[in-house]
Amino acid sequence: MGKNIIEKIWDKHVVYQEEGKPDLLYIDLHLIHEVTSPQAFEGLRMNGRKVRRPELSFATMDHNVPTKNLPTIHDPIARNQIETLAKNAEEFGVELAGMGHPDQGIVHVIGPELGLTQPGKTIVCGDSHTSTHGAFGAIAFGIGTSEVEHVLSTQTLWQNKPKTMEIRVEGELSVGVAAKDIILAIISKFGIGVGTGHIVEFTGEAIHKLSMEERMTICNMSIEAGAKAGLISPDQTTVDYIRGRKHAPQGEKFEEAADYWLSLASDEDATYDTVRIIQAEEIEPIITWGTNPSMGSGVSSNVPTQADYEDESDKAALRKALAYMGLEEGQPLTSIDIQHVFIGSCTNSRISDLRAAANIIKGRKVHENVTAIVVPGSHSTKKQAEAEGLDKIFTDAGFEWRETGCSMCLAMNDDVVPAGERCASTSNRNFEGRQGAGSRTHLVSPPMAAAAAIAGHFVDVREFVKETV
Amino acid sequence: MEPINIVNSVITPLDRKNVDTDQIISKEFLKRIERTGFGQFLFYHWRFDADGNEIKDFVLNKPEFKDSKILVAQDNFGCGSSREHAPWAILDYGYNVVIAPSFADIFHNNCFKNGILPIKLTEAECDEILAKGLEKPYMVEVNLEAQTVTCEDGGVYHFSIDPYYKETLLNGWDEIALTFKYEEQIAAYEAKRIAY
Repeated sequence: MGKNIIEKIWDKHVVYQEEGKPDLLYIDLHLIHEVTSPQAFEGLRMNGRKVRRPELSFATMDHNVPTKNLPTIHDPIARNQIETLAKNAEEFGVELAGMGHPDQGIVHVIGPELGLTQPGKTIVCGDSHTSTHGAFGAIAFGIGTSEVEHVLSTQTLWQNKPKTMEIRVEGELSVGVAAKDIILAIISKFGIGVGTGHIVEFTGEAIHKLSMEERMTICNMSIEAGAKAGLISPDQTTVDYIRGRKHAPQGEKFEEAADYWLSLASDEDATYDTVRIIQAEEIEPIITWGTNPSMGSGVSSNVPTQADYEDESDKAALRKALAYMGLEEGQPLTSIDIQHVFIGSCTNSRISDLRAAANIIKGRKVHENVTAIVVPGSHSTKKQAEAEGLDKIFTDAGFEWRETGCSMCLAMNDDVVPAGERCASTSNRNFEGRQGAGSRTHLVSPPMAAAAAIAGHFVDVREFVKETV
Repeated sequence: MEPINIVNSVITPLDRKNVDTDQIISKEFLKRIERTGFGQFLFYHWRFDADGNEIKDFVLNKPEFKDSKILVAQDNFGCGSSREHAPWAILDYGYNVVIAPSFADIFHNNCFKNGILPIKLTEAECDEILAKGLEKPYMVEVNLEAQTVTCEDGGVYHFSIDPYYKETLLNGWDEIALTFKYEEQIAAYEAKRIAY
């Protein structure tokens, strides 16, 4: 019987196995940022421990960094955290793309850009959206700070082998439907707990037609489906993306690596513990209306009503979510006015996301009631966008063009949505208070966010394009 | 970390599903570089209003639960962000045990690194405990060694737990020190590791 890619990669990384214990798993790449690492380095220092393989770790600063008025950081506690990472990286010999470094950016954007992210690797980071790197056919998952410390000291982790799940997207996507809509549709159809205890492989025609950046958007939000990790078997698209990148193998070594990477794809007769199937044709642009990522619906529908649910606890969850969001049952999604637009985050801040949004707003103006910002995923993405003139399109329309960082996705810096106001956001979480205490987040794709910025309320981007061309 | 075995306490019934780590510890409190001191910020925006006043009817603010060591919730507890500040806040506030029908994977792992016992009971069992805890202060005794939750009215629930993590919690082991014993295996793996 064939093996799936999850089993293939896992088996290649087991350092030690014993009945009654988790597997001791080797970690090929450890990404580090300023918020979840200080206590780990402090632990090493207190115990007189070293970093076992500093060359297998790479650090950057993203969560806390300001996106305007650089290089000053006004918040002294944030500044301390950033300085602490710089100090720790130097003391323990870990490569750092710090503030102002040309390689700096959101950790899940720069890993792939720099060619650090490669098929077949085990990749961890003290951040749940590490699942992003699974787009390359890697087992990539978020860990806590104690595990960060464990990886730094031993380059391994004790891990119980998760179950495997296939989520197959059959058929072809309709025009105007984005990768973000696929993953939001999967989460709203199957629920935010569907992947718990599993690593998910996304398969099917619609998935393998996607670009690498679109695949990253899908895998990024595997965690919002509860999965430990999400991945996609490598194919020629994967190999072509990695070729020539800074940390990728070069020359003959690259060809050798490419053969190895392609050999990791799931065998045709591979099986999974669980299989879920969704038809691409049934997916339309999605808008979330609630306070977790499964609370989303197609743009042509209405906010659900209690009658749509059988279970009393689901009815209660709906009432609670709508009370927080300030929405009425049965209200059309396109009737929701917005005051903020955020294009950015590890989900949707790559060059193709910026192009897709710019394409919608070109020659138009942001609605007078809306404040809109674009935060590119990395310095290098920002530079590329500027070379293409995208920054001009955004600023001419009335968007603010910012420096890179996690920014308004989690609002640890000054980029905050005020209480009671709504944001059409290309990020990944619409939890209560995520973008600021009392803020109301609606998750959408970059084109949907761009169209909402112009209209001042949600619109079906497919109609919007037709009407205004 | 501190070993854990028997915990006797009134339960705190947090009757919600999908409690995410953003609610457990909000991002404005993640800037500290220590592991301690997060308890004061636990469930901050559920405990306090915009002016910093206690929200009286939120369960953690009720006087009968002030010394509780056992938190009981519904499905998918700890979903979302990987922030270990969430279990740090739970522990620092005074909870050693969280009972729920299911936990998000990263949060579940993080508990074991900090001496918090996450117990999975069935949805029906959690509903029973929650219902009783919401009615009046309700005592239970958790016994990790025996893998039981014994309720004040005599009901006993059994739970399963990974034997490795059970040992780790019972002994309060430092996992890194344990892993150092496998140095030979790690070095042998590194000698043959595939790397490009």
